[in-house]
Amino acid sequence: MSAIITLSLLAILVLYLGLFKARRALLPVSLLGLVATVVLYGVQWGKTAEPLYSGMVLFDHFAVVFSVVCVILTILVLLLSKDYFDKSSPHVAEYYALLLFSLTGAVLVVSFHNLAMLFIGIEIMSVALYILAGIRKKDFASNEAALKYFLMGAYSTGFLLFGIALLYGASGSFDLAAIKEYVVSNPQGISPLFYAGILLLIVSLAFKLGAAPFHFWTPDVYDGSPILITIFMATVVKTAAIAGFLRLFYFCFIPLQDFWVPVLLVMTIITLFVGNLTAIVQQSVKRMLAYSSISHAGYLLFAIVAIGATSANSVLFYVTAYSLSTIIGFGSLILVKRATGSEHFEAFNGLAKKNPYLSLAIAIAMLSLAGIPLTAGFVGKFMMFSGVLADYQVLLVVLAVINAAMGIFYYFRVIVAMYFKPLDRDAIVVSGPYRVVFFLAALITLLLGVYPAWLTGLI
Amino acid sequence: METIVQNIQGVPLNHYILFCSIIFTIGVMGVLIRRNVIIIMMSVELMLNSVNLLLTAFSVHHGDAAGQVFVFFIMALAAAEVAVGLAIIVMVYRNTRSVDINALNRLRG
Repeated sequence: MSAIITLSLLAILVLYLGLFKARRALLPVSLLGLVATVVLYGVQWGKTAEPLYSGMVLFDHFAVVFSVVCVILTILVLLLSKDYFDKSSPHVAEYYALLLFSLTGAVLVVSFHNLAMLFIGIEIMSVALYILAGIRKKDFASNEAALKYFLMGAYSTGFLLFGIALLYGASGSFDLAAIKEYVVSNPQGISPLFYAGILLLIVSLAFKLGAAPFHFWTPDVYDGSPILITIFMATVVKTAAIAGFLRLFYFCFIPLQDFWVPVLLVMTIITLFVGNLTAIVQQSVKRMLAYSSISHAGYLLFAIVAIGATSANSVLFYVTAYSLSTIIGFGSLILVKRATGSEHFEAFNGLAKKNPYLSLAIAIAMLSLAGIPLTAGFVGKFMMFSGVLADYQVLLVVLAVINAAMGIFYYFRVIVAMYFKPLDRDAIVVSGPYRVVFFLAALITLLLGVYPAWLTGLI
Repeated sequence: METIVQNIQGVPLNHYILFCSIIFTIGVMGVLIRRNVIIIMMSVELMLNSVNLLLTAFSVHHGDAAGQVFVFFIMALAAAEVAVGLAIIVMVYRNTRSVDINALNRLRG
């Protein structure tokens, strides 16, 4: 709990620093606060978790691990922001404060124990992001992204609320434990309202996760927003959405598996094909990564289709691997775009000659996203696939392997452009914080690929 | 207060559910069909308000105050969302001189 208070106070403190024109202090203070949050979570680790504040939040291992992942990803994003924000506007404190507020919402989403907290967490997370997506006021693409994200976000909130209202009508409580009790105690007499509620919750959470057929806003919003905000949306928000999804369904709805698993199965297959087929034909790396993030949402849904005790671990591993590679992918795109002014695959031509280390990091990230062995992405895919196989969903695995092959095709286009397409170009200057982030992300990707046991035993 | 509760309970719960579902559906169709951003926002508000009504009805029928407390949360957060949303619409209007959703088609592919 102290972690959530720390995060909220930190965001307000950062706003005040902006008010008093302490621009140099913004980044160090934010980073210090985030590190303190991680430490506070570390202190909490291992204690028996009780629902706090009349059962509003529960900091079990699941919540702590996913919160720490969100906080660490935010630290990496903030490190990338070192000279990104300063260029676009004199008022930089708001960026940091909004990112921190959004992170607070994400932390609530992964640790809720009451549907009210799920709703409030999703709203805090999203409302801050609507502003961040449109933070470039004069840029038309940014405007459009903000408006689309806002309309779709508000729309999906409506579905979430109607779903919650129906669950409440059937079970008489917002508390997860009470809802579980309702499902377990009368397996035959569950009200039809409850089933409708589950479907509406699936719709709204699929919106947030960016899973088909509710994905259509994702590419436009990811494309139009400033790249740094896109990184935050593709990593932290996706992590929180899938963790909240899993938490709700694992806690409450497992006895009704036969009802909702077929729905999610169909959605997963559509998501995989839509994401991969459209990613193949993209010419812009940014849009390619946006569509690939849809396909990764599909892989993440595997854990919920084959829901069980191991789901949380597979999601944790997959989401860590995916987020680290995405940070490298989009982060390098910031540098390439700054140097060449283009986001196309051709902008990466001949990069390996002049920037061998940067190219190596990008190559590792792309291999990990494609799921090549010895990277974390491979272990993540392996865990997802084996979980689904243990559930006898052979068709899903066959389709997923086809999709993984499609993924290799478009991720390798970046590598081919960097290493095999010669072009005379100037070396890109990679500043210190970027080096640190790329090095750390690539190193962890490789280490987790070789020693997956470090992460798999946590939850 | 007692009479209000009795009045609400006088109407069968199914009627509330049906009524709220109809309002919610009108909101959903409004978002999908209308092209004016302001009207889309009004439709979203309609969706949220149908939920408020439904929660209140359930709350009275269960004899449980939690549902009505939830309504306050929805009102507060809906207000925050509308504040941000209207600001975004004003920003878009300044750049495009239009509040039509069809003007937003630069991002494609």
